[in-house]
Amino acid sequence: MTEKLIFEHSRPGRAAAAQVPAEAPTIDDLPAAMRRDTPLGLPEVSELDVVRHYTRLSQANFSIDTHFYPLGSCTMKYNPRACNTLASLPGFLNRHPLAPASHGQGYMACLYELQEMLKTVTGMAGVSLTPMAGAQGEFAGVAMIKAYHEARGDTERTEILVPDAAHGTNPATAVMCGCKVVEIPTDSDGDVDVDALAEKIGPKTAGIMLTNPSTLGVFEQDILTISKMIHETGGLLYYDGANLNAILGKVRPGDMGFDVIHMNLHKTFSTPHGGGGPGSGAVGVSKRLLDFMPIPVVGCSGGGDDPRYHWLDETDVPHSIGRLSAFMGNAGVLLRAYVYARLLGREGMQRVSEFATLNSNYLMTRLKSAGFDLAFPDRRASHEFIVTLKRQKAELDVSATDFAKRLLDYGYHAPTIYFPLLVPECFLIEPTETESRETLDGFVEAMVAIWNEAKNDTATLTEAPVTLPVRRLDEVTAAKNLDLKHDAAAQDTRSVA
Amino acid sequence: MSEIPKDLSYTKTHEWVSNDGDGTITIGITEYAQGSLGDLVFVELPEAGSKFAAGDAVAVVESVKAASDIYAPVEGEIVEINEDLEESPERVNEDPFGQGWLFKMSIVDPEHLADLLDAEAYGEIVEAEQD
Repeated sequence: MTEKLIFEHSRPGRAAAAQVPAEAPTIDDLPAAMRRDTPLGLPEVSELDVVRHYTRLSQANFSIDTHFYPLGSCTMKYNPRACNTLASLPGFLNRHPLAPASHGQGYMACLYELQEMLKTVTGMAGVSLTPMAGAQGEFAGVAMIKAYHEARGDTERTEILVPDAAHGTNPATAVMCGCKVVEIPTDSDGDVDVDALAEKIGPKTAGIMLTNPSTLGVFEQDILTISKMIHETGGLLYYDGANLNAILGKVRPGDMGFDVIHMNLHKTFSTPHGGGGPGSGAVGVSKRLLDFMPIPVVGCSGGGDDPRYHWLDETDVPHSIGRLSAFMGNAGVLLRAYVYARLLGREGMQRVSEFATLNSNYLMTRLKSAGFDLAFPDRRASHEFIVTLKRQKAELDVSATDFAKRLLDYGYHAPTIYFPLLVPECFLIEPTETESRETLDGFVEAMVAIWNEAKNDTATLTEAPVTLPVRRLDEVTAAKNLDLKHDAAAQDTRSVA
Repeated sequence: MSEIPKDLSYTKTHEWVSNDGDGTITIGITEYAQGSLGDLVFVELPEAGSKFAAGDAVAVVESVKAASDIYAPVEGEIVEINEDLEESPERVNEDPFGQGWLFKMSIVDPEHLADLLDAEAYGEIVEAEQD
């Protein structure tokens, strides 16, 4: 990449005169001992330097706003501009989190309605919006399961069952909550192996963590059997909402028997995603976990023409697992999710899952016709599906990595690769509902073109990407000797004030 | 077909086991396992003296693609770990059956070793995974 750091553009004394405050701020009220005695070391650049630098960086972005981004298990759908515009209204932006509830009734009304909509669409009895990311939502979910058993004096339940196809965050969450992970194998159709499950459940079972549709891109056919088995043994069911986009408005986790669910609002409800989000991992619970929800939750009294909103705290949620953030999670992100849900409405939400699965099945069928191997050829795709490039690896010695890197040259973000771990040389492809047929066709053509290249010109493939600002990375060195520090002292062109 | 030495025993989870004859065994991962994982960037080994039951997760190998648990093939106690791997995890890729060994265990009952797979049975598992 040729673009220098903003610090490397710095020249002593250069400034953006128009941006300098007319009056220099005074620091008289700051004790002398608290003041810096060296300059801050900010870059000294002109306004045009700054504009060009950041414009060039933005042009190097490979994002949903510039490219098709079929990253499986991530739901990289388009973020409608309206969500951002409405969440940025001055009344929302200027609200202070410490202001009394009477001054934030509009904002709280939005959150209350979002809670209610998420309850309806997931079939859960309560929703708390406060977790600030998917991983925190997962943590909240398993912490609630644990708190539930402990409140009943059922302290021997320390095992969390996790299918071997699960997201890595599931076992990580269980361990973070002090539980032991018990792995459940998958059968040849991609479903949980129910016989193996029967052998692993018992008086130590705290719960099971499932994603449905699973990470293998198929709907768990025996979910009601599994749900019954777990409840009969005294455990609870946790739903990882990663793949909620596939069933939105069609099937509800609450109706499948799940006791707790986390939703990735940054996936299913289209809030900004990637590059750090920030995310939002709202949790929904069944009746038995209502008293354990993380706070704050928005409550409503009055109703009718005069609803009054207030924060529910420890007195309202007596066994709450506590607070996960200082205030109300990622407040602005929740607003964006609210606007998205309101823009869609009930029927719109159903169309989301219909088109997400239609696009996925269309893309799967076209890739299969083009000769690619599917991991589960006999199953219908959910909102995502898996292609395995094992045959291409064996016959042509080109890997899933090579295909993925070359796709970037063709203008497509690579799908998720080498996950789930069960499927060798795999592509987990999730087109989402916001892509047109032309885009999907273009992706198929690129895949076919790359396969043809693999047959004739392996060199380009193993060197790809060849057209981007950054070429093939040395992932081993990057993982072992990560060095992100800019040595300002070595290149110090600052003036001393 | 990857190399599967005849004089070693194996597990379904792709560990190899060498019976050192003095009540201890040496454990590593197979040529096939290192090839599937890709370039290793980190190996997390247990402390000497820790005890494990057969099937317990003992160590973790992490590659650019994935992190993968290594399981105790039989019940026993860790007597030595390959400290070289802390600085040079690539040894496992370069020489999985030699310098890339992971740890040594003193075992509770040598008869447990009879439950492990021989080279032929392990070879069938690898072949099935490649189909």
